[in-house]
Amino acid sequence: MNSEFKGIIVIAICIILAYLFINPGASYERIDVVGSTSVQPLVEKLAENFTSSHEDIRIYVQGGGSGMGIRSTKQGLANIGMSSKELSSTEKKNLTEITIGKEGIVIAVSNQNNIKDLSIEQIKNIFNGKITNWKEVGGNDKEIHVITREEGSGTRSAFESIVMDDTKIKDSAIVQSSTESVKQSVASDPGAIGFVSFAHMNDDVKPISVDGVSPSEKTITNEEYVLQRPFIFLIKGEPSKFAKEFLSWIKSPAGTEIIKKEKIIPVK
Amino acid sequence: MEKNRLSEFLIEKSLVITAIFSIIIILLIVLFILMEGFPAFEDYGFFRFLFGMNWAPSDGEFGVFAMIIGSIYVTLLSLIMAVPLSLLCAIFMAEVAPNSIRRILKPVIETLSGIPSVVYGFFGLIVLVPIIRTNFGGTGFSMFTAALILTVMVLPTIITISQDSLRAVPHEYREASFGLGATNWQTIRHVIFPAALPGIITSIILGMGRAIGETLAAIMIAGNVVQIPGSIFDPVRTLTANIALEMGYATGLHYNALFGTAIVLFLIIIILLLIANYIQHKYKVDVGGGYL
Repeated sequence: MNSEFKGIIVIAICIILAYLFINPGASYERIDVVGSTSVQPLVEKLAENFTSSHEDIRIYVQGGGSGMGIRSTKQGLANIGMSSKELSSTEKKNLTEITIGKEGIVIAVSNQNNIKDLSIEQIKNIFNGKITNWKEVGGNDKEIHVITREEGSGTRSAFESIVMDDTKIKDSAIVQSSTESVKQSVASDPGAIGFVSFAHMNDDVKPISVDGVSPSEKTITNEEYVLQRPFIFLIKGEPSKFAKEFLSWIKSPAGTEIIKKEKIIPVK
Repeated sequence: MEKNRLSEFLIEKSLVITAIFSIIIILLIVLFILMEGFPAFEDYGFFRFLFGMNWAPSDGEFGVFAMIIGSIYVTLLSLIMAVPLSLLCAIFMAEVAPNSIRRILKPVIETLSGIPSVVYGFFGLIVLVPIIRTNFGGTGFSMFTAALILTVMVLPTIITISQDSLRAVPHEYREASFGLGATNWQTIRHVIFPAALPGIITSIILGMGRAIGETLAAIMIAGNVVQIPGSIFDPVRTLTANIALEMGYATGLHYNALFGTAIVLFLIIIILLLIANYIQHKYKVDVGGGYL
């Protein structure tokens, strides 16, 4: 009796697996989107909404970083690549870029820090190690702990190209591997400073105004707030019919609405 | 009869195939790592790669020496804390503790090994890092913080295996020792512990393997600064953290250099295993013609 029951379960599992393996591809079209982990949550939301009205298309969104997005689009492994940084001219080769939005980068400090405003120059000197104490920029006598992202991160490279000029983030800066862990580290350390994306901001940390402009949707849209970066889709050659449909939907009012809801500033 | 021989034959061959299969998979992985990592050695120079002090992928600098030191320091520091703790715990559980306590302790320790490393890492980030920062200064992200978490992570491995080997020591040994008038502690120290030493060393090797291979917890709390630490409260980057941090972004030579890092890690683990095997062999106890 028992072994008979087991046999039935095994057969049922086999049928389900066979169904899963054989069926895909037959009933719907597949779009693979690969790349920047900063763009990923937005595209997941977009894909979710798009596929609910287009049941014949399935969109697989995968992270891995901007570099991975560029690589897999070039190799044809992904239909669409996501990048959160401007491409260099060698990276650009054979690829079409479509900017879907832009996002602010917020300089964050602990809520216990009394600093409210820093100039670009001050931020630069804090991150390259010329300024090491908060009292040098009008704060309390406390050592500054710089927290940065890993080399290659889209947020980091955008931050570097806007703020750092030809100087480098100091070698002794603590490296954290995600926006969320940067935020955690900054929140718990009164002496810390770090950069996080605008969409991830909440009350755990305090945003710093840059040259008197505080980061908000309005100041990012009119480019008054200078710390911002593009969200780019990459396509190799002519996109497939379905990828094209997805892309034009993103630019439609319905798509734009979702981009806005995710605190990203849509680009026409 | 005929049927029996056939099934014996089939079972034997399928066992051979499974054994070969796992070896082939390991070989394929090694081959893949070597192939992907080799261009980095070719372009950058093996010794320059190994002993280079500077890791700056965007400037084309790929020296992993600081990370080799970082990995070894973190591992050693955690073993220094974990080995005495876990051996004493294992001795207590195997020789001293009454059954009722053992029945509680064993599952608790086994649960420790079941906790995912991201949970350890998050605990370290939220709880330990601020404690270290307020008590020892600095940022709180340090070799010491990472070693503390790794200590907790390797405890169950060392405790469980060394406890098993302590309990595997034949009962006659204890009786003989007690019969000669030795106290309980004398018996443990001079008879049971030496007899169980090969197993204990195995447990330490496995613990070391876990510590050096641990990635996520190290990324979250070691600070990931590429430098040779001046004190145990300085942040470090381990080899595993380096690979995991940058693999998502790496292209070209940078990508190969990360696989190069994996080869270096691989070599370190092989060297450590060789040393450990040698020690294990040296201290093997010869009893009545057989090994213990």
